[in-house]
Amino acid sequence: MITFERVSKRYEEGHDALREVSVHINRDELVFITGHSGAGKSTLLRLIMLMDRPSRGQVTVDGQNLASVRSRGIPQHRRNIGVVFQNHQLLFDRSVFDNVALPLIIAGYDHREVGRRVRAALDKVGLLDRERANPITLSGGEQQRVGIARAVVGKPKILLADEPTGNLDPALSAEIMDLFEEFNQVGVTVLIASHDLVLISRMHHRIITLRQGSLVSGSTP
Amino acid sequence: MGRREPVRRKEGASVSRTRLRDQYNAWIQHHRLSAADSLLRVLEHPGSSMLTWLVIGIALALPVCLNVALDNVSQVSASWDSPAQISLFLQDEVAVDRARQLEVELGARRDVSETRFISREQALDEFRTLSGFADVLASLEENPLPDLILVTPVATLDGPAVSALRTQLQGNSDVAEAVLDMEWLERLNSLMDLGRRLVLAVGGMLVIGVLLILGNTIRLAIESRRDEIVIVKLVGGSNSFVRRPFLYTGLWYGVGGGVLAALVVSAALWFMEEPIGELAMLYESAFHLSGLGVMGALNLVILGGLLGLAGAWLAVSRHLVHIEPR
Repeated sequence: MITFERVSKRYEEGHDALREVSVHINRDELVFITGHSGAGKSTLLRLIMLMDRPSRGQVTVDGQNLASVRSRGIPQHRRNIGVVFQNHQLLFDRSVFDNVALPLIIAGYDHREVGRRVRAALDKVGLLDRERANPITLSGGEQQRVGIARAVVGKPKILLADEPTGNLDPALSAEIMDLFEEFNQVGVTVLIASHDLVLISRMHHRIITLRQGSLVSGSTP
Repeated sequence: MGRREPVRRKEGASVSRTRLRDQYNAWIQHHRLSAADSLLRVLEHPGSSMLTWLVIGIALALPVCLNVALDNVSQVSASWDSPAQISLFLQDEVAVDRARQLEVELGARRDVSETRFISREQALDEFRTLSGFADVLASLEENPLPDLILVTPVATLDGPAVSALRTQLQGNSDVAEAVLDMEWLERLNSLMDLGRRLVLAVGGMLVIGVLLILGNTIRLAIESRRDEIVIVKLVGGSNSFVRRPFLYTGLWYGVGGGVLAALVVSAALWFMEEPIGELAMLYESAFHLSGLGVMGALNLVILGGLLGLAGAWLAVSRHLVHIEPR
């Protein structure tokens, strides 16, 4: 589903974020990426999202070489990927419902379909009764679940998460990880960047370890 | 939606047609949504929105007022029957018979459509009744006015040809002086041309000012919604999707400005109506100040809307591209 072939990323100031990384992630797999901050976890996700382009090497997502995706095609590419951020990236000037509906509005769904799907996604993350609330009134864990609902509402094939449990206590973190596992079980390829080794080593999934931009372990299942 | 594209395409043309219709509906729906949302945002801050509207309204009203004034002046000058007329003042020693004969001769010319002889006595009578200087005139020993033949050239004659005709008539030995009555009208017309240019120049500058003001307003709107733009782009919003609400914001500012401009112009006309009416009465003229009219007001609103769109486009094309998820 996702393939990195000898991918390097050097930022303009000369910092090497990734060095010759080759890794393959299968369809339906759930994979953790770990490493210290600055090891290149986020860069890996950014390259998949086309928020950055690699300096060298080739990234392939769902059979498409990302080098062939021009900037016009980036929105379409991103619609096929759900993303969850550490800081949730929610819009506090609108309701939970409208936050979750955003990807569907962008993709141009009919409003009845939007209502149906948003409620299904909110139900999945256990926030159906909060759809009219403003996300700012929710707890950190609830906000993160709104973020997850938004990421999965468009039924993407790929789900990316960058430190999704970064600000949460262990019990809430475990709940969030369970959610990701559930999505993985229905066929979504899930890629989670996390430095919470205690939590992720309990979960028996492949762990890709990066150190200073290089792949240390976990290149194959 | 797009995610399913490769699968659905195999299903045939009917599916892709409904997909197109879905996309069209979604596009319309987002336009409606953006328009309503932008309008609500504009109305959410009535104070600052009103300021923007006023700035645009006044900037548009100024050249429009000038233009309305010029239109009225040209309406007045057009009502003065303006085919060029040449006044031939005859030499004192020319007898009335000779003058009548000259009138007929000139009237027979192919380039003259009409002649009229006004004898010095007739002229004096006319002057007496019109000027109110009857007593003064009565005390004069002799009539100071010359005989006069008014020559109206045919309408097809243009300016230089009429001038040439005047020179030719001036050459006649019976004629003391041939005066072309067009001259003051020409002066007025060229003054009006100057006025129109001035309106154009002032209007152009103010339009640029309006564009810049709108561009800046939209730039601020973009800045205040930077986080939202980043998120929308992250979940797959295209540039046109992100652009749309800001273009509508510009449109609403422009339309509001156009409406205010129409109101300002109407108010100015209303303010001027009474003194101008009095002035017209003094000149025994039926002149009536003509305003913008419904079409003029509508055009002003449309112009405002277009300027709003253009200003928003200016800001959006400059600033939106630089807001990318980091």
